[in-house]
Amino acid sequence: MSTSGQVQNRGQDQGRAWVLRRVRPLGGEPVDVLLADGVIAAWRPAGSTGPDSEGLPPGTTILDADGLILLPGLVDLHTHLREPGREDAETVESGTRAAALGGYTSVFAMANTNPVADTAGVVEQVYRLGIDAGHCDVRPVGAVTVGLGGQRLAELGAMAGSAAGVRVFSDDGHCVSDAQLMRRALEYVKAFDGVVAQHAEEPRLTEGAQMNEGVVAARLGLPGWPAVAEEAIIARDGLLAGHVDSRLHICHVSTAGSVEILRWAKAKGWRVTAEVTPHHLLLTDDLASGYDPVFKVNPPLRTAADVAALRAGLADGTIDCVATDHAPHAAQDKETEWAAARPGMLGLETALSVVIETMVVGGRLDWAGVADRMALAPARIGGLKSPAADASGSVAVGAPATLTLLDPSPWRVVDPQALASRSRNTPYAGRSLPGSVRATFLRGRPTALDGKIV
Amino acid sequence: MKRHLLSTEDLGRDDALLVLDTAERMARVAEASVRKLPTLRGRTVVNLFFEDSTRTRTSFEVAAKRLSADVINFSARGSSVSKGESLKDTAQTLEAMGADAVVCRHPASGAPHRLASWVRGSVVNAGDGTHEHPTQALLDAFTMRRRLGRIEGLRVTIVGDVLHSRVARSNVWLLATLGASVTVVAPPTLLPLGVSSWPVEVSYNLDAVLPKSDVVMMLRVQRERMSAAFFPTEREYSRRYGLDVDRAANLPEHALVMHPGPMVRGMEIASQVADSARSTVVEQVANGVSVRMAVLYLLLGGSGEVV
Amino acid sequence: MAAAAPGDPVSRRPGAARTVLSADDITRIVSRMAHQILEKTTGGAGVVLLGIPTRGVPLAHRLVRRVHAVEGVDLPVGSLDPTMYRDDLRLRGVRPLEVTEIPDGGVDGKVVILVDDVLFSGRTVRAALDALAAYGRPRAVQLAVLVDRGHRELPIRADYVGKNMPTSRRELVAVRLREVDGGDGVLILPPTSGPTSPSGPTSTDEPSGRDQQ
Repeated sequence: MSTSGQVQNRGQDQGRAWVLRRVRPLGGEPVDVLLADGVIAAWRPAGSTGPDSEGLPPGTTILDADGLILLPGLVDLHTHLREPGREDAETVESGTRAAALGGYTSVFAMANTNPVADTAGVVEQVYRLGIDAGHCDVRPVGAVTVGLGGQRLAELGAMAGSAAGVRVFSDDGHCVSDAQLMRRALEYVKAFDGVVAQHAEEPRLTEGAQMNEGVVAARLGLPGWPAVAEEAIIARDGLLAGHVDSRLHICHVSTAGSVEILRWAKAKGWRVTAEVTPHHLLLTDDLASGYDPVFKVNPPLRTAADVAALRAGLADGTIDCVATDHAPHAAQDKETEWAAARPGMLGLETALSVVIETMVVGGRLDWAGVADRMALAPARIGGLKSPAADASGSVAVGAPATLTLLDPSPWRVVDPQALASRSRNTPYAGRSLPGSVRATFLRGRPTALDGKIV
Repeated sequence: MKRHLLSTEDLGRDDALLVLDTAERMARVAEASVRKLPTLRGRTVVNLFFEDSTRTRTSFEVAAKRLSADVINFSARGSSVSKGESLKDTAQTLEAMGADAVVCRHPASGAPHRLASWVRGSVVNAGDGTHEHPTQALLDAFTMRRRLGRIEGLRVTIVGDVLHSRVARSNVWLLATLGASVTVVAPPTLLPLGVSSWPVEVSYNLDAVLPKSDVVMMLRVQRERMSAAFFPTEREYSRRYGLDVDRAANLPEHALVMHPGPMVRGMEIASQVADSARSTVVEQVANGVSVRMAVLYLLLGGSGEVV
Repeated sequence: MAAAAPGDPVSRRPGAARTVLSADDITRIVSRMAHQILEKTTGGAGVVLLGIPTRGVPLAHRLVRRVHAVEGVDLPVGSLDPTMYRDDLRLRGVRPLEVTEIPDGGVDGKVVILVDDVLFSGRTVRAALDALAAYGRPRAVQLAVLVDRGHRELPIRADYVGKNMPTSRRELVAVRLREVDGGDGVLILPPTSGPTSPSGPTSTDEPSGRDQQ
């Protein structure tokens, strides 16, 4: 992968050294962490490092990190950056700005742009836009089928071999519903250690579907999106992946039944991974009651029982990682009647807070667990060069200084107008969430500091 | 009353009875051959219809005009709406016109809820998608009360495409609020999966329920449901769930047959039954005007503050 | 509300309700008004009484009973709700509609006597005249009120007045009738202690403050 552009553009920053004083790596005992030359250069006893300390490169910035937690830079396997095509909703620049502020250092940009990212040309364009923006690494996802049409395989090999080095392929937004085509895709990407990320939705069962099928939908008179439409595809594709011994990744798992099927597939030893979104960890379908389409998303918000199962599945590793499914939409696509609105929610700037609220506050995950589910596991699934074998290695001396510095204590009220995304469709508006990203470092260079882009 | 009438689900018992009692007064006035009341002089009622429904639109129009309101009919056909203008833009246009009330019929469930958040006037849901049609349920309840003297304790059977019926939903909530016991009868394909949470009994057997019904309400079944495999053929539907002459004979003598219209004669209801003395189909139309007068009066007759 | 019961010593404390007519006073006044009606209409020929809800209706029935006791004639009696003809609907919350009951025989060619408890601004009577016109064309319309408290805003005057009662505009006059309130009496309430309790047994000019502007 070519990082030369970043090195040249930001060389002056890259050279700068930082000391994170009294920081708690993965929530452990406080230490002073020195970042230099793009890596974690040293751990020193907590509070021992001052401006006059020995061995600091000239121009070192000392950051008081007392009480802050050091995590590896977050990786999002599932981001919609909307460029090319819908730059009114988001651009690579604005989306990665949101990512850096949310603590992300890598995002995988979904293929449902216009034109669709189904050729080497488009994925390289997105990749280069990411380098130009410089807020975080952008890894394009390639479409599985031409134009997301579900009919013919796109040139997966060409995208894999392009400068963008695509490893994740997905028709996200559409299910690769044809079983034979799915089987072929799973097999084909083995040649370059790719993975097919499936949007699991049996299309015939969700024609016209607007929200989770159940008690709330029956009351609201909105056509239901049954859990079985997701679970049937996960079961089928798990069997297929096992059959051809390929890697399968399941996008945005949303039901308790899906967690059970994944547990079963993993027990078989099949190479199946899965992600859950922050909103499916926190929100439930009764939010549709006011018909505000800010709560319309695909797959839809489910029930409290599903939420509980998803949290448990993420805690025990049945679900491998958290992915935002950050889906910006222009105002006119949301300020409308429910059925006419486009599905999707913003996520990059609130994901870590939602994970803290749903997983850390209740004791389901410790900080090492957060590091795994939000950085290491998605990096592994997405084929990024792994920063470390395990969470502790990701903040150890020698690891890349691609890090997120988190203040876990403050609760803040989400204000849509204050978000960096071009769109305002956050479902958390007015909601109080814990935690605040104090800094994001990408290979030693801060991309966000105290809520501002650097 | 609240500022809007969006559903019967959030209509309390006192408010529901207030509407029915007010409608009774309105009906008496109409029976005394008073054609026009000055009550809402100077108020503007907009009929905003995104679906064709001459029956409902006319009913609201007559109701508003009997109360001397100015009526603007704003139908989607031929207007900027059909050219892709958004509901929000339409709402802003209505604001500029100074609409005191917007009567909204829309194919999307919840559209009147959205409208209510964008306009200052009162919004009356005149049928939204497969969600609710509150004035229809109110007029049905009004009709039942006029014919049978009460609603509390009545056994009401609702038959047909409950899944797609806004009339069914509005009736279920309102009748439950007013103390009737409701049974819904339909093929399982035409019941919502969440029906178990409704305050109703569910049956697949019309014959078993009819002898225990004070009111049987037949819902329209659209023929296109067949192609989506909700049921195999019109004949089979009719045989199992249609109200034919023989079935109607099993009803108690006092029982009413209701239909919100438009009827599909021969399929869901036999002509002889629809035209029988049990049938309230015709008076439902007159009652619709009284109920809508009551709703408009209660929403617009005061200063607009919640009482 | 704990208002002074009829016969209690009249309280003159500021801020307290004072009873201005007792139950016996009301009985005597209604009796006198019945006589006046018989006198003025030469024995009640062609007369129809229409009470204005709420308290005008029982008053109308009392008048009819007194007329029967005195003269042995049964005058037709009904009720007329003017709410939908009011010109001040926008000034306050929506009012529940009351019953209109026109007696058999209608009002065409009759002498209609409108009966209300309190005459204040006159707007209720104006609305009642409009409402009445919708039901026919009486030969004449007269007005009977238990209390005339002044402060007219329209050129309207009563033909039969039970009691002229000078008040300040901000005071509230509460007529209580046993058919509605469980007991008879007329009270004057200071402005601040108006009938705020909706379940209270007293009323002002009428339940929703019909003549309050």
